[in-house]
Amino acid sequence: MAVNFGSKRIVTGAHYGLRDWLAQRVTALLMALFTLLIVLRLVFSRGPVGYDLWAGIFSAQWMKTLTFTVILALLYHAWVGMRDIWMDYIKPVGPRLALQVFSIVWLVGCAGWAIQVLWRV
Amino acid sequence: MSAPAPSVRPPRPEFRNIHAFKDLPSYRLPLAGIVSILHRISGALMFLLMPFIIWMFDTSISSEISFARFKSVFNQGAGPMPGWFVKLVALALMWAFLHHLIAGIRHLWMDMRHAVSKEFGRSSAIWTLTLSMGLTLALGAKLFGLY
Repeated sequence: MAVNFGSKRIVTGAHYGLRDWLAQRVTALLMALFTLLIVLRLVFSRGPVGYDLWAGIFSAQWMKTLTFTVILALLYHAWVGMRDIWMDYIKPVGPRLALQVFSIVWLVGCAGWAIQVLWRV
Repeated sequence: MSAPAPSVRPPRPEFRNIHAFKDLPSYRLPLAGIVSILHRISGALMFLLMPFIIWMFDTSISSEISFARFKSVFNQGAGPMPGWFVKLVALALMWAFLHHLIAGIRHLWMDMRHAVSKEFGRSSAIWTLTLSMGLTLALGAKLFGLY
């Protein structure tokens, strides 16, 4: 196989290239638009903001599907961000791997819980 | 070509291993740098408090009964935790979200417009800090029932 990358690539495993950079921005944009949607639905609502209004926002199937996608976007976004933090500050491989595994477990667990709540509405 | 004139300026300090207590207090961070490190801190804070965020989503949306409990935790507290403390944590989360969002929009803007200059870095940093702090104060006043 022809070697088309630098010698440091294998050592650092830092996902060289465009993929994570772009994913971080696309997921961020999706979450920002989702935030705007929620804020608009709250601002242009009538009557007091109580349980019915709040739960009503998430009752429609299209909103559940959208929120589900946003939860997955958040999962990936937070993973890229936390992995960057561990890679910047934690140099020994053992603790870094442990923290990265912890981040994945933490995030997947949180995403599962959020999705369960979403379909309870 | 003549040799460059010998520099009369003292050599710039060189940081190889930054010591958190010896070097960081004297390290002058520009405003754009403050926005940057706060972006990271706010992201880490939301990561760590994610179970609390989902707990809020859970109790506020599952049923009318849980919604009432959600409100009572913020007003009367839960167990040993007083209500004002829960509100304070929520306020920290509101700041973290606002700062992360606005600093993120700043990032996207810079990416799209190639707006990378020292002046834009500084002016947009001031905007980011002002907007995120201002909105946090306004929403925080609402959270603590000042209006």
